[in-house]
Amino acid sequence: MKLTLKIWRQKNAADKGGFATYTADQVSKDMSFLEMLDVLNDQLTEKGEDPVHFDHDCREGICGMCSLYINGKPHGPQQTTTCQLHMRSFSDGETITIEPWRAKAFPVVKDLVVNRSAFDRIIQAGGYVSVNTGGVPDANEIPIPKTIADLAMDAAQCIGCGACVAACKNASAMLFTSAKVSQLALLPQGQVERKARAEKMVAQMDAEGFGACTNTGACEAECPKGISITNIARMNREYFSAVVSSENI
Amino acid sequence: MSWVTKTLNSTLGKKLIMALTGLFLILFLTGHVSGNLLLFKGDGGQAFNMYAKFMTTNPAVKLLSYLTYISVIGHVIYSIFLSRQNKAARPVNYSTSKGSTNSAWSSRNMGVLGTIILIFLVVHLQGFWAQMHWGQVPTVTYAGEDYKDLFLIVNGAFKQLWLVALYVISMVFLGFHLSHGFASAFQTLGLNHKKYSPAIQTVGAIYCILVPALFASMPLYIYFTSY
Repeated sequence: MKLTLKIWRQKNAADKGGFATYTADQVSKDMSFLEMLDVLNDQLTEKGEDPVHFDHDCREGICGMCSLYINGKPHGPQQTTTCQLHMRSFSDGETITIEPWRAKAFPVVKDLVVNRSAFDRIIQAGGYVSVNTGGVPDANEIPIPKTIADLAMDAAQCIGCGACVAACKNASAMLFTSAKVSQLALLPQGQVERKARAEKMVAQMDAEGFGACTNTGACEAECPKGISITNIARMNREYFSAVVSSENI
Repeated sequence: MSWVTKTLNSTLGKKLIMALTGLFLILFLTGHVSGNLLLFKGDGGQAFNMYAKFMTTNPAVKLLSYLTYISVIGHVIYSIFLSRQNKAARPVNYSTSKGSTNSAWSSRNMGVLGTIILIFLVVHLQGFWAQMHWGQVPTVTYAGEDYKDLFLIVNGAFKQLWLVALYVISMVFLGFHLSHGFASAFQTLGLNHKKYSPAIQTVGAIYCILVPALFASMPLYIYFTSY
């Protein structure tokens, strides 16, 4: 395959940035998208040019590190993470546009790398549970209905990649935050901080400068882990019931 | 800042106001369209004029009308707040974005649709509501009591093709706005559940077609039946 790559290049956060066009020859259909970029970077390095910076880590679709807004969609045309996207999803001669996630709360560090620490701070605000010290508790000591455990696990699938923010026309972090609120609110272990968690995580989400939810469902459609927007409804329930009943004035 | 203002200033609080005012306006539209069906009665407008008088004089309706004004203004103001926040959340736009592959057109253009409906609302209120309240409306007498002949005003207005066209087109936009807004309001209130959501979506789908269609049928009916 021969491809034309239109890639966003930006030296640092202060730089204005712009697109650079590269040609990728002899791309195999079996390459992953990131391998294709690795080959391009090898060629750039050989030529003495600065390679294209992009985030990646496990390349197994579980760490949530890879990002990339490919041809107008987060993680490209398939509902997977970018590392699980393969070149067979593209056709020979195609022009591929690669951009970083675009959000005020995700500033560009360099090229396609964005700072997603805002997500970490939302988790720090309330994404934890109280645990007793002492001996190791027995397994299955606390009875949890299977349906509830499944819902909690579905929410916990979120890998925090930020595709929801990238896909949302408002750069809203509602899907992410709601998944993190839900996975703990659903379980008995999460009850101690339940109200404070909803209040604090929503407050932190707002403080980070994310947009509001218009319920377009774009986040759910693009999420590589299939997180459902029913979590957003649950977060709204959690938040509204917390603010009217919690002890925090 | 008290906990109430803090909550209403949060993103979820602003969305709550959008949902509650939106749902109240949906209730208002239901009442408005049902009452206006009296235009089809074919009694020379007697029932419609009596209904119009009731709607402008009854104290309970007065209270509801103030709630409606507040809802319209609140819905508009908070949509501006939210739009500004949303715009600020993405200072640099994508060069290519395929929103159509992951979401409905109406859901991505609620602001545009709402603005068109607001412009329509100004024309609509100026034409009928302001006339009824402060305009020079001829009166008719039924059973010894005087009534403003709003039916005459309505009939006169919808003899003009451009106004009929404006109304019909505006109702199409209203339909698209409602096609997203109806179910979206319930989602914002946290009412998304596998037991209830299918019913909410079905009612929303019927509502967003039926109500604008009934509204649009009124100017069309008057235009094509009056010579």
